[in-house]
Amino acid sequence: MRVPGVGDTGEILDDGLGGLEHNFVTGSVENLVQWARSRSLWPATFGLACCAIEMMASGTAHYDLSRYGMEVFRASPRQADLMIVAGRVSQKMAPVLRQVYDQMMEPKWVISMGVCASSGGMFNNYAIVQGVDQIVPVDVYAPGCPPGPETLMHAIFTLHEQIQTGELVKRREASGGGAALMIEQRDGQTAGSSIGS
Amino acid sequence: MSTVEPVTVAGDAELATGHSVSRVHRRGDDSAVLRMSEAEAAQIGNDPSTYDDDERVLLNMGPSHPSTHGVLRLMLEMEGETVRRSKPVVGYLHTGMEKQAEQLTYLQGCTNVTRMDYASPLFTELAFSLATEKLLGIEVPERATWIRMLMCELNRMASHLLFMATNGMDLGAVGMMIYGWREREEVLRFLEKVTGLRMNHNYIRPGGVAADMHDGWEADIERLLELIPPRLEEYDILMTGQPIWRERLQGVGALNADEALALSATGPILRSTGFAWDLRRDDPYLAYPEVDFDVIVGSYGDCYDRYAIRLNEIRESMWIVEQILDNMPSGDYRVQDKKVTPPPRVRIDQSMEALIHHFKIFTEGYKVPEGETYAAVESPRGELGVYMVSDGTSKPYRMHVRGPSFINVQTMPHLMQNGLIADGVAIISSIDPIMGEVDR
Amino acid sequence: MSDDTSATDAAQSEEEGAPSGHDDNAGAGIRFGAIVEESLGDTVLHASVEQYLHTATAAHADGFALLVDLTAVDFLTYAGTRTLPDAVSAERFEVVTSLFNPQRRERIRIRVQVSAADAAVASMFDLWPGSELLEREVYDLFGIEFTDHPDMCRVLMPDDWVGHPLRKDYAVSSIPVQFKAASNIR
Repeated sequence: MRVPGVGDTGEILDDGLGGLEHNFVTGSVENLVQWARSRSLWPATFGLACCAIEMMASGTAHYDLSRYGMEVFRASPRQADLMIVAGRVSQKMAPVLRQVYDQMMEPKWVISMGVCASSGGMFNNYAIVQGVDQIVPVDVYAPGCPPGPETLMHAIFTLHEQIQTGELVKRREASGGGAALMIEQRDGQTAGSSIGS
Repeated sequence: MSTVEPVTVAGDAELATGHSVSRVHRRGDDSAVLRMSEAEAAQIGNDPSTYDDDERVLLNMGPSHPSTHGVLRLMLEMEGETVRRSKPVVGYLHTGMEKQAEQLTYLQGCTNVTRMDYASPLFTELAFSLATEKLLGIEVPERATWIRMLMCELNRMASHLLFMATNGMDLGAVGMMIYGWREREEVLRFLEKVTGLRMNHNYIRPGGVAADMHDGWEADIERLLELIPPRLEEYDILMTGQPIWRERLQGVGALNADEALALSATGPILRSTGFAWDLRRDDPYLAYPEVDFDVIVGSYGDCYDRYAIRLNEIRESMWIVEQILDNMPSGDYRVQDKKVTPPPRVRIDQSMEALIHHFKIFTEGYKVPEGETYAAVESPRGELGVYMVSDGTSKPYRMHVRGPSFINVQTMPHLMQNGLIADGVAIISSIDPIMGEVDR
Repeated sequence: MSDDTSATDAAQSEEEGAPSGHDDNAGAGIRFGAIVEESLGDTVLHASVEQYLHTATAAHADGFALLVDLTAVDFLTYAGTRTLPDAVSAERFEVVTSLFNPQRRERIRIRVQVSAADAAVASMFDLWPGSELLEREVYDLFGIEFTDHPDMCRVLMPDDWVGHPLRKDYAVSSIPVQFKAASNIR
């Protein structure tokens, strides 16, 4: 996006057309749409197990997803764009997951949070679906058991970046399903800080 | 019909809620529990002969609803806004952990059980370790016992703060969510310093704990103990005395002690009815006989009592932590039995025997003698027990976890009967179920 | 080490010696109609399938007001030797019911041998309604039916699931996993 000739903000002119050069930003429609989409993702919670607790933690004051416009976790899938599958998906839950995903409106994205959602995790048995990508197309895989709020936010930023640059759409077209981005775990960054700080 | 006389253990007429324990024994349509299968529920609108009875509506709540309590589904039979019968449907998080435990060694077992009750994982690890130690016949050193007690009480505080947060949010006090998590983050920071992880720690293992406390832990605990009490005062201002909070919770979801015992409910649910039962005092484990604390008991068995009990249990836990801080003994943090405890990493380079022990413990696992036992601890939700059967090999033959939430969920239909659906949300929240423990 | 083995030897000989009336505070090794045994400090009552309801009713009348736990064990692939009292014949399944008496602070465990051919025992619902979900879980995961249970159906697995997962002849059903080098880590 080009921001033409913005100098000192004190130069904003009151006169509408006369201030055309100073008071407007311009860009292509595609860029503006991608910018808006990436900055106002509303998550639908699919908080299933332990990862849900860390997801809630990232929404509260210490880690604060609200800075990114995302603290409104919509319970209704119709009002959400991003489904964060947080936790292990059991056989009984799988059809419910698919139904909720189907009820979301396009454009929609999926973050598979934690190892259980990404691949079945440590539970390689009869009860757990080995990877939620067997049910819905996944765009970002976040590893960890559970991934701390820092890793979840890294996953979200990755998604934001990819949406904004349009890379996500290209990856989806290439794979035929989700974008399947894998990120690395970024936890432990606050481990050194002291209590109460 | 049953001709059994219900046993009244705590029948204090003053505390009676007006309904008798026989209501929990009912089987038919007059029971609070809706015993209807999916297939039957699907057929409801299809039979024209039932069309006259259009007073009752079958409403489905969950399993995907705002994620505070996980994947619980409720089938509610309602008349207007009033819930007549209900059926909690569980199993949406069934992970096959008991089957998985048969594939993992005893050392790996804690990584599995810790993910059952994910709000207070150290308790399940503790119960598993206690059962394994009983079968092994080993005794854990004193310091390890006191460290376990410290970590468990901190975990209890963290779990009750989580309850405060989610209870507040469920009832509309959304700011409470932020407050409760703020304190919880401080406790979690300490747990991360000691165990390495914020959740699902795998720290309490058979034989002791995984690592000793870090240098400066006393200062950290003191800082925590200074920080939290004024914030609990904030909760009192925000909620306890507040008229809306009281209106929403007092008198809602009441049950009496006989009903709670008949339904096998334990923990804050049982204590809220006036029945003073806490395993830390009544069936002690670890070093609880050596610390002084009160068992908080309610009077009316309603949601407000359960909230108040948990708030005050945070204070009691802080008192216990203070006593542990003063009395922590020195010594080993795990039992020095070469067959059970892996050697320190440094020794592996120096001693062949240490290398072999390390190898055997981590690949094959140590063999536990044959036997069967049950060990129970008082988790924030109630009595958390592990029933373990060993066949002499290095993996448990059968490991069953008595999850308090699984059993407390049975009280739900009885608490919700004849209440409004909005009260239903308050009731689910006050039972504080953790679905990982319910479904395992 | 040597301390461990002597401790477990003592426990095992206690288990085997119980019916012949060793130092057991219940007196003669029969209580509520079931054979008493010591297991690592716990009191275990061995009841037959026919005896089970009677034993449970007697315990309930004696003040065992809290049903702590109800579960089952499948001994199909048990690698050790099952040491049961002489009068008790080992079967494939065992239903284990833990009870608690709050007045005396006493815990007991009732173990019932259930054969695979006729996998059914009495339901404890009339005595302790809190057994409802626990018995459903045992039915779901082991296939043992509880007669006179108000709602005998699956609780954890989907309703149309075939098989009883916690049985030893039901596989864990793990899938073989290949670890490929991840090429697109960000």
